Amino acid sequence: MSAATVGTQPRVWTRGEVGTLLLILAETSFFGVFLVAYLFYIGKSLHGPYPAQVLELPILATLCLLSSSLTIVLAVRDLERGHVARFATSLLATILLGGAFIVFTALEWRELIHEHGLTITTNLFGTTYYSLVGFHAAHVCIGLLLMLLVLVLAVFGHVRREHAFRVDMLSWYWHFVDAVWIAVLTVVYVVGV
Amino acid sequence: MNGVTTPSIFDASSTPASMIVEYTTLVLAVCGVIFLVVGSLIVYCIIRFRARPGDDLREPPQVYGSGRLELAWTVVPVLIVVVLGLVTARTILALQKDEPPPGSLLVTATGHQWWWEFEYPQYGFVTANELHLPVSDPADPRPSFFNLRSQDVIHSFWVPQLAGKTDLIPNRENYMWMEPLEPGVFVGQCAEFCGTQHANMLLRIVVQPRDEFEAWAAAQQRPAAADSSAAAGREVFERTACINCHSVRGTPAVGRFGPDLTHLMSRTTLGAGVATNDRANLREWIAHPDPMKPGVLMPAMQLEPEQIERVVDYLVTLE
Amino acid sequence: MAAIDQPVTSAKPESARAWTDVLHEWVATVDHKKLGILYIASGIVFFVVAGLEAAAMRYQLAFAQNDALSPEVFNRLFTMHGTTMVFLVGMPIITGFGNYLIPLMIGARDMAFPRLNAWGFWMFLFGGLLLYFSYFGSTGLYGAGSAPDVGWFAYTPLAGKAFSRGNATDYWILGIMLSGFGSLSGAVNMITTALTMRCKGMSLGRMPLFVWLMVVVSFMILVVLPPLTAAQVMLLFDRFLGAHFFDTQAGGDAVLWQHFFWFFGHPEVYILMIPGFAYASEIIPVFSRKVIFGYAVMVAATVAIGFVSLGVWAHHMFAVGMGKGLNIWFGAITMVVGVPTGIKIFNWIATMYGGKIRFRIPMMFCSAFLMQFLVAGLTGIMLAAVPFDWQLTDSYFVVAHFHYVLIGGLLFTIFAAVYYWFPKMTGRMLDERLGRFHFWLFIVGFQITFSTMHVQGLLGMPRRVYTYPADRGWELWNLITSLGVVFQAAGILFFVWAIVQAFRRPQPAGDDPWDAWTLEWSTSSPPPDYNFAELPEVRSRRPLWDLKHPDDPDWKYE
Repeated sequence: MSAATVGTQPRVWTRGEVGTLLLILAETSFFGVFLVAYLFYIGKSLHGPYPAQVLELPILATLCLLSSSLTIVLAVRDLERGHVARFATSLLATILLGGAFIVFTALEWRELIHEHGLTITTNLFGTTYYSLVGFHAAHVCIGLLLMLLVLVLAVFGHVRREHAFRVDMLSWYWHFVDAVWIAVLTVVYVVGV
Repeated sequence: MNGVTTPSIFDASSTPASMIVEYTTLVLAVCGVIFLVVGSLIVYCIIRFRARPGDDLREPPQVYGSGRLELAWTVVPVLIVVVLGLVTARTILALQKDEPPPGSLLVTATGHQWWWEFEYPQYGFVTANELHLPVSDPADPRPSFFNLRSQDVIHSFWVPQLAGKTDLIPNRENYMWMEPLEPGVFVGQCAEFCGTQHANMLLRIVVQPRDEFEAWAAAQQRPAAADSSAAAGREVFERTACINCHSVRGTPAVGRFGPDLTHLMSRTTLGAGVATNDRANLREWIAHPDPMKPGVLMPAMQLEPEQIERVVDYLVTLE
Repeated sequence: MAAIDQPVTSAKPESARAWTDVLHEWVATVDHKKLGILYIASGIVFFVVAGLEAAAMRYQLAFAQNDALSPEVFNRLFTMHGTTMVFLVGMPIITGFGNYLIPLMIGARDMAFPRLNAWGFWMFLFGGLLLYFSYFGSTGLYGAGSAPDVGWFAYTPLAGKAFSRGNATDYWILGIMLSGFGSLSGAVNMITTALTMRCKGMSLGRMPLFVWLMVVVSFMILVVLPPLTAAQVMLLFDRFLGAHFFDTQAGGDAVLWQHFFWFFGHPEVYILMIPGFAYASEIIPVFSRKVIFGYAVMVAATVAIGFVSLGVWAHHMFAVGMGKGLNIWFGAITMVVGVPTGIKIFNWIATMYGGKIRFRIPMMFCSAFLMQFLVAGLTGIMLAAVPFDWQLTDSYFVVAHFHYVLIGGLLFTIFAAVYYWFPKMTGRMLDERLGRFHFWLFIVGFQITFSTMHVQGLLGMPRRVYTYPADRGWELWNLITSLGVVFQAAGILFFVWAIVQAFRRPQPAGDDPWDAWTLEWSTSSPPPDYNFAELPEVRSRRPLWDLKHPDDPDWKYE
């Protein structure tokens, strides 16, 4: 039960849930514009490198990120039942999987920059690719930082069963970040190639 | 300056502008009726239902709504919108052209900060800021069809008496057409904010009877006059930075950044309309263009007064 | 629903408290009422600044070929005037009234996220100050610094690095982006509060229309402000990182900026105007002594406006050379959005019809709003008529249209709202006589300036010009337009004086000076920090009507 309800009328939603959903709505709109720009500029670069030449479907990275959604669901469930140690473990797994995604992204970018000479200024593909994938990665990093904060607090014994709701809200953000990745994956690595 | 009339959109002198006026009359009529009906209702309520001093303090009957009334005042506006929408669609289809109508004079207009470049591809010459067009006779139409481009930022070509406006956008080809029906001088200007001197990117269109237009075009086709009395000035012109930006056909000056000067004296204004085209202004323009058009991209040429005088002598021969 | 007699804000009476205490209380507050007042007051200050910018421009334009202002200065003025009025006046005032009134109207003690609320206000203020710092601080190529000068919508390529050197445009981007966080946080707060914190008995169908409309506005903010942020980030990347989003040399599209900007920009003007509708929807019933006609339809119409407004953006772009299909679609859908808007006007008229209208200052402003918004809506239909728009767009006709909407519509309702709720916020009335001077001077000035301004557009005068030729027949109209400014300025002076006088010579307001019906009038003026001694319970949309008319309560008829 959360302390987020105020007033005496029965609620369908709590403050935290509504707030988190609204944040996700705004972020969806933000990413939508970058996706539209990417789609609009497909095939319009004046010169290469072109997507088909340099992009490879990031299967492993995707698997890591998507399974991290699974682990965070387990983490929240563990915390709701009061199993703080198990919660911390699942949370750590989530962070590591998300971290792996970032590492894979970094490796991909290193190859793009050093071996293919693709940067944000190279052509329209470079411009739209780095901004879209970059903003997504930044949102992953923010999620990782927040989860790390929670993990540290948990390790020091400050996280208890009654905080499960708040971690649940964080997990909603994390699922959103995953959903955005599916959109980015489709647009960049499937449609745009 | 010479014979310019107020560029009212209702003073149409060309087929697309007239079509717009006709369409506009319907729109204004509909809006006028709506204004009278709704406006008088508002005024009526204000007058009829004001609280009077002797009134008792009882509240008037509370009316929460009326399904029938609300349906009526939804359906009527929807019908108005449907009718207007259909008429609008028909007018758009009639007005918008992506291809030159048969018999068209072709002009390529390129927008620059803050002047207009006009090329007549059918005749093979380039001029600036002032445009000549032939009158179109309904029996033997000669409309004018424009390709619109830009060299830098977005501009917009607007001569209200001749057509609605269309933007000139870099890396994009836009089209517009006009069909002038009467001779005259028609003014307009750039209608999309394009920087410091957006306000002084003026347009001047001279519509002439067919034969006069052909004569003008033939004169424009000729290379620059080579008047020997102006040889000294021509030498200054061709030896200094002038030729980096300006073209004078038939001479080594082939610069494209600034307006073509081959037939400079056939134009009535300088600087896209900021000053009349005469000796004094020419001299001032070469010496200090910025006070005449603050922010203009032509630099002060740093010439000696003597040199400027010679250059002006040369320029006034470019008829 | 008993209200406490004395508002308890601190232990000591105001006069005995150190000014540092008072300052600290206001700077550190998370109370929705104080934040609301801070937002509104900031909006009014920026309004005066932007008004001075406008007055300077009208002075320059009063005569053809006037040289009072250089083109560089003029171009900065119109950019800053527009940017300020939209982002630093309109947005904070609507956030301010929303913040102040929503918890009171729904019987809550504060907004859902008080600290987020405070953060939003200070971000807004910082963003606004950053934008104005550009007048002093912007560096760059000699002569290319200072305030932004690319217009409030900053079209590319003009706003790109090549044509906008120095950092002026960057101040525009960052100032707006930061102050936008204030609007976003306000929107999150307003929706969450309205959805989760209503008092007992207040179903969604019993919320005051004001709250409904602010919820719709807040959803719109959340959907359309991020695209502006995204477009501005893209412009920032172009300007600083060498990206090519709007770089035509690299194959980029100059018009893409316009699509993104107006996808935000058009709903933005509804975001600005709908709160005006919200004020009118509370004020007109109270002063007509009648319940709002067609509550459900008013909600439905507003929701419809919210959705449809997302599909009309390219009606700002009829001259860019879109294909016939797109022009037809955007023209038609723009006319369609006029239908729910028109319906609202009819509902307000029907509310007045059969009433006993008391023409106190708020109602005077609302009546003028009705007439003027009617005109504004009709000139909007004219602009939606695509071929007509090909003449009118980018001319002074458009300037006249949107000032009719934003001044004749929004500002008049804001004035109404200030006169109506100032007593609740401060416990003092604004003087009726001064209010009448304000009203008449301002409406005369507004009409002189903006009615004539349509003529200049019809006579071919484009917008954003620092001067114009003397031989086009525009000078007399421009002079008349500029003269109207004098009356408007005088009206504003009376407005400011009325506010000052309310503090110097207070006329106590009491809890419910207007004999109104919503919950904010059931508590003291100003309300105590905790709003209500006991959280209320309601049975209808007009709880105070029910209390005052126990024989004839609303819940029998709703």
